[in-house]
Amino acid sequence: MKSGQAAKGGRTAYGLLLPTWLTLGLLFLLPLTVLLVISFGQRGTYGGLRPIGDLGHYLAAGAFLANYQRSLEPIYLQIYWRSLWMAVLTTALCLAISYPVAYYVAVSAPVRRRNLLLGLVVVPFWTSFLVRTYAWMFILRTEGLINHLLLGSGLISQPLELLYNNAAVMIGLVYGELPFMILPLYASLEKLDLSLLEASADLGAGRASTFRRVTVPMTMPGIVAGIILVFVPSLGQFIVSDLLGGAKTILAGNLIQNQFAVARNKPFGSAVAFELVVGVLLLLFAYAVYTRRRGEEVLL
Amino acid sequence: MPNDTSVEIRSLTRRFGSVAAVDDVSLDIRRGEFFSLLGPSGCGKTTLLRMIGGFELPSAGTIRINGTDMTRTPPYERPVNMVFQHYALFPHLTVEENVAFGLRYKKVAPAEQGRIVAGALALLQLAGFEKRRPHQLSGGQRQRVALARALALEPEVLLLDEPLGALDQKLRKEVQVELKHLQRSLGITFVFVTHDQEEALTMSDRIAVMNRGRVEQVAEAAGVFERPATEFVANFMGASNFFAARVTEASTESVALALAAGGVVRLPLAGAPYRAGEEVRFVVRPEKLNLRARDLSERGVPTVAVSVEDRVYQGASTVYVVRDERGGRFVVSEQNEKPFEEGSKFAVGDRAFLCWHARHAVMLPKAGEGA
Repeated sequence: MKSGQAAKGGRTAYGLLLPTWLTLGLLFLLPLTVLLVISFGQRGTYGGLRPIGDLGHYLAAGAFLANYQRSLEPIYLQIYWRSLWMAVLTTALCLAISYPVAYYVAVSAPVRRRNLLLGLVVVPFWTSFLVRTYAWMFILRTEGLINHLLLGSGLISQPLELLYNNAAVMIGLVYGELPFMILPLYASLEKLDLSLLEASADLGAGRASTFRRVTVPMTMPGIVAGIILVFVPSLGQFIVSDLLGGAKTILAGNLIQNQFAVARNKPFGSAVAFELVVGVLLLLFAYAVYTRRRGEEVLL
Repeated sequence: MPNDTSVEIRSLTRRFGSVAAVDDVSLDIRRGEFFSLLGPSGCGKTTLLRMIGGFELPSAGTIRINGTDMTRTPPYERPVNMVFQHYALFPHLTVEENVAFGLRYKKVAPAEQGRIVAGALALLQLAGFEKRRPHQLSGGQRQRVALARALALEPEVLLLDEPLGALDQKLRKEVQVELKHLQRSLGITFVFVTHDQEEALTMSDRIAVMNRGRVEQVAEAAGVFERPATEFVANFMGASNFFAARVTEASTESVALALAAGGVVRLPLAGAPYRAGEEVRFVVRPEKLNLRARDLSERGVPTVAVSVEDRVYQGASTVYVVRDERGGRFVVSEQNEKPFEEGSKFAVGDRAFLCWHARHAVMLPKAGEGA
């Protein structure tokens, strides 16, 4: 009787998990598998896939790895490297900017103003990201808002080259990802028990010490969530670098997008995309292993 | 300023908007005493404690700790530590790390730190729990960790904000006794905030009863309990038997009062500033009231004729609610089965005589509020 109930309970649990598995399977695993399969193929003359004559020979000759081989050429490695450091820098800048903002909204600001401030953080989502990135072009370009103001005030006599460089891409990336850092930080700061900060002060810790020894560890879940939410998308960004960066700031995202949309080389694009996905998963996995080894809760 | 004053509070006021949470309070807390701030919620006792700790800045007035003005000193520079209401233990640190938290700011060498932490944990019977996290402890253990953490820093004054509120009744009684023992053996000044009069009476050397941001009375436990200075204190300490009377005769040793409920009472009051014809009020504790079948006024015992309205058996005692002819309501608590004495057994509806010993009547200030 009891074991029957347990079995039934088990079935119910599986039943409840079904939608999750379906979503993950259909929207994540299936496309990823398709991507993987395509990445082993070769580009056809008109952009499609070239039919494979003899599968055995194709596999034995290692031709299916040609795209991966090509993706490791120095010119591409340079792009990955740039993508990586720009994503790291974006994440670091977002964290540095967002923490004070989230702290102010969650802790310092009057409670009745909290929703308004949070609303302001979310408001940009009402406009397409593409449009907002275009807006940055109008702000940064040679005849743009900033140059206009600087020239008008007489601070400079020649317009500054603000657009089409790494800095412009950086501004665009940080701007776009900021809410994804602020929101999880806010969520964990809002739960912060302020009496812990008082206890820390009571025990002799100054503000900096309290921040380092209490506030940061207590909000670590929000910090980790924010880092992942910002780092992963910045790694695959292509709109920002496309619009605000010049030819010198091609990122992994642009490379992939170009293969699909311009070069019409789906197999090569798939291979790079798959590498990116695997790279991100490896990073997350490394983080999980690291935290588990330190005996802490895995926050993923 | 006398050298044995630990915390000297002068005209301290804290306003939140237009409301004064603490209103012109002056207190001297002596070195090494167990001092309680007692009052109902919202009376300002926690705000006062937080100002001593430095978590709240006063709107006016001064706080001196060990003779040094610390009115605006931040908490981390005060020789004072606090046990918070919900303990505020750091959940990401072990018991050991929690207790060691503040030691580095006192410039204690790492080797010495281990010794101090072990000592504090041993003192509070927490040895063996070093590596646990707060969520793995019971309420009582957490409370002891909070104490150990504060005591490890050897504060001049330990502030305790209703630290027993989260414990169950039985554990609470045990901890009260332990805490008192601890305070006595360490000789540290304890300032203890509570709304529980029994708790305050059990532990305190002296009690300040607070109401609406003001201190109503500061006295030793027995003083607050037996000689309440104001109607509020009397009420709060559970002595709600108020008698109205008019002074018929006043001398330097005693006053004669005509009770509003009938009868004449002579109270021994040395040097009391009363005049004939004055309206006064006094209070008698429920345990000091007695119900008798016979009228004892002939023998000079203060007596009021009443009828029994309710009777509640409470184990060790029985509580009678009685009313006099004018509708005045009184509560009598009689010990059950006193040795060598026959308990008075009255039923609801019985006529009886309420009497008490003259010296148990406590006069209330004339400008008291309505009951």
